[in-house]
Amino acid sequence: MSACCQNTDNWAELERGYRAMLPEDVLAFIDGNQSQDHSESMLIATLHMVQGHYGYLSPGHLEAVAQLMQIPLAKVTGVATFYHYFRLQPRGKYLINVCLGTACYVKGAEKVAQKLTDELGIRFGETSKDGIFSLESTRCVGTCGLAPVVMIGDEVHGPLTPGQIPNLLEGYLARAAEDLVADQPR
Amino acid sequence: MSQMISLKIDGESILVPAGTTVMDAAEKIGIHIPRLCYHPDLSLEGNCRVCVVAVEGFDHGLASCATTAWEGMEVQTNSPMIRQARRDIVELLLDNHPKDCQTCDRDGNCELQNLSYRMGVRERLFEGKRKQFPIDDASASVVRNAEKCILCGRCIRVCGEVQGVFNLSQHGRGFTTVVGPANLGPMDESACIQCGQCVSVCPTAAFLEQDHTERVWKALGYRRTEKHVVVTTAPAIRAALGEAFGLPVGTPVTGKMVTALRRMGFDAIFDVNFSADLTIMEEAHELLKRLEGGGPLPLLTSCSPGWVSFLEKFYPEMIPHMSSCKSPMQMQSTLIKTYYAQQKGLDPKDVYVVSVMPCVAKKFEAARPEHQLDGVPTTDAVITTRELAQMIKSYGIDFQKLPDSDFDHPLGTSSGAGDIFGATGGVMEAALRTAAFKLTGKNLGNLELTEVRGVTGEIRETSVTLAGTTINVAVANGLQNAKVLLDAVKRGEKDYHLIEIMACPGGCICGGGQPYPPIGTYTMNRDLAKARANALYSIDSGKTLRCSHDNPDIQKLYADFLGEPLGPKAHELLHTHYTARTPRGIR
Repeated sequence: MSACCQNTDNWAELERGYRAMLPEDVLAFIDGNQSQDHSESMLIATLHMVQGHYGYLSPGHLEAVAQLMQIPLAKVTGVATFYHYFRLQPRGKYLINVCLGTACYVKGAEKVAQKLTDELGIRFGETSKDGIFSLESTRCVGTCGLAPVVMIGDEVHGPLTPGQIPNLLEGYLARAAEDLVADQPR
Repeated sequence: MSQMISLKIDGESILVPAGTTVMDAAEKIGIHIPRLCYHPDLSLEGNCRVCVVAVEGFDHGLASCATTAWEGMEVQTNSPMIRQARRDIVELLLDNHPKDCQTCDRDGNCELQNLSYRMGVRERLFEGKRKQFPIDDASASVVRNAEKCILCGRCIRVCGEVQGVFNLSQHGRGFTTVVGPANLGPMDESACIQCGQCVSVCPTAAFLEQDHTERVWKALGYRRTEKHVVVTTAPAIRAALGEAFGLPVGTPVTGKMVTALRRMGFDAIFDVNFSADLTIMEEAHELLKRLEGGGPLPLLTSCSPGWVSFLEKFYPEMIPHMSSCKSPMQMQSTLIKTYYAQQKGLDPKDVYVVSVMPCVAKKFEAARPEHQLDGVPTTDAVITTRELAQMIKSYGIDFQKLPDSDFDHPLGTSSGAGDIFGATGGVMEAALRTAAFKLTGKNLGNLELTEVRGVTGEIRETSVTLAGTTINVAVANGLQNAKVLLDAVKRGEKDYHLIEIMACPGGCICGGGQPYPPIGTYTMNRDLAKARANALYSIDSGKTLRCSHDNPDIQKLYADFLGEPLGPKAHELLHTHYTARTPRGIR
């Protein structure tokens, strides 16, 4: 190529931006894989690492992964939207997992779930506007004797009735508020 | 010789080479198994299951496109079980598809509609939930309507395998699966280069071009004191427009096309071929200048707007190699609003330019801010060959019966070099005819450089020695092939001086805006591409004027208006620039 050419390549600048979006361990993982054959097969593992770090995959994370791994972005977002495990929205402080397994279901889990979506104003897979709660469903947490069961964070609640939901959520909101105060710089 | 195996299809014994699919074997004895996701020039996906056949020993149907025949196989293509299964599959596809055939753009040439007719589907049995997605019409060229999508995946395959763009992918899963660009964002913010090959291969109306026919009808309805409406047609239109009116593939229809446009009420009918000749004048001089001045080489041709976008997104570091010549369409529009408007004593703002293009990306090109004159786009509307055919039908013109007539002057005269621009290798051939004259002072003895004439999906290269100067040239069509060439150049393996790239497989004649081939044949079909290309080559060989520099109206244009090729006025009006664009494409 001729030396007379002006530099019209935007890669160096773009790459700096993409690298700034991902943590060091993920960058090292990607860099280590890129020299190997079939580096694209490490996509899912890489997405797991990014989600492990940030709790979810933002459009920016997905673009950075696509560009640094040199996998078309449409393919990356296709994979990220295919697997239920990948979250595309930030996760709330508390993850609510409603058990919809058989035992919980016959004991009225659906009504509990409905009350939760009504109270929080979100659907399954979403996060409340204040960023406190994310709502998910699960199949059997192994405590069928407590059906219907809801897990919030790593705490198990059951048996629950729809009527108990508002108080339960209030408790966590109060804890979140306390944490917020405790985190304030003095 | 490869091993032959024998099998029975519908009771008939047949010998086929090992490795033949059941679908192809059936074709050999005249049985066309219905199919939908299958495309002969794309990888096998086998996801629609329409092509199922019954095979002795199996209690379920096998997809004939993806099943290789074996020795002693017994196949039934029309058993009652298979007929029912096939119809069920089509019914289920229809149940999740809008019921709006009458108002659909693909009415009459939709593969799903045709299939349901062939399968004898006469009622819709299930009235369940149907997929609902918004229409994405953010792109200047391509409209994505996921509600019409049947998830056959042809668009994903053509975008990746043929164009190397990989802009489309399935998102989500199950009932809510949808094909779209990354994050299902708007197409104009995606890596899409707007070539429109997704439109070409889509069996339904899930991908369509942006409709410009309404704005053209509106322009034709202006009072003539208000706007002077000019139409200008690309080389490839005349090679394919006849297909939309039942003429055999490869019938040149230049004269009928001009008559039709005149009847529709355009004030002047010009030929983009004129500006193809002009492009050659500028580009050949650019090549010679770079050969003398040391680069940058290779020079890359800049006529194909899909390719231009591809360069800007995927190979921005190669931008200095790109010819600064505007495309023939933009040169033509610029001249209509300057040179021609001056001759007619018209204010450029009162001139309305309609371009007829075989191309979907030209709609994007026309909207680029670089192509404006005093804040107004030089090209006001771009209609595809398909849109022109629809307008002619809508007008009630009996195309086959039309007499021939000629383009208007001065922007309607062209050499044969302009005609062949529409086929892969044509720009190269036209440029070499003029470069030869400039270097040797006389025209080539044999003007036909068949080495660069190709068909779809090929890379061709050759060397030409002119007056002691050897010029290494290469031609690619389909952007996956462009990648191969560019990567070879970047690695220093190839020492080319001139590379012609057209985004679409086969060049403009198989552009994203050309008529859909009849049901049963497919875009990228080699015979179709060859027949359309031969229409252009026959026009060229039938002309006495075959070199751009011999075009008297081009000579007059330089003498009266432009000055010298690459001169200040030519530079101002006929050249453009390129910018690296994001999202950066992944190659």
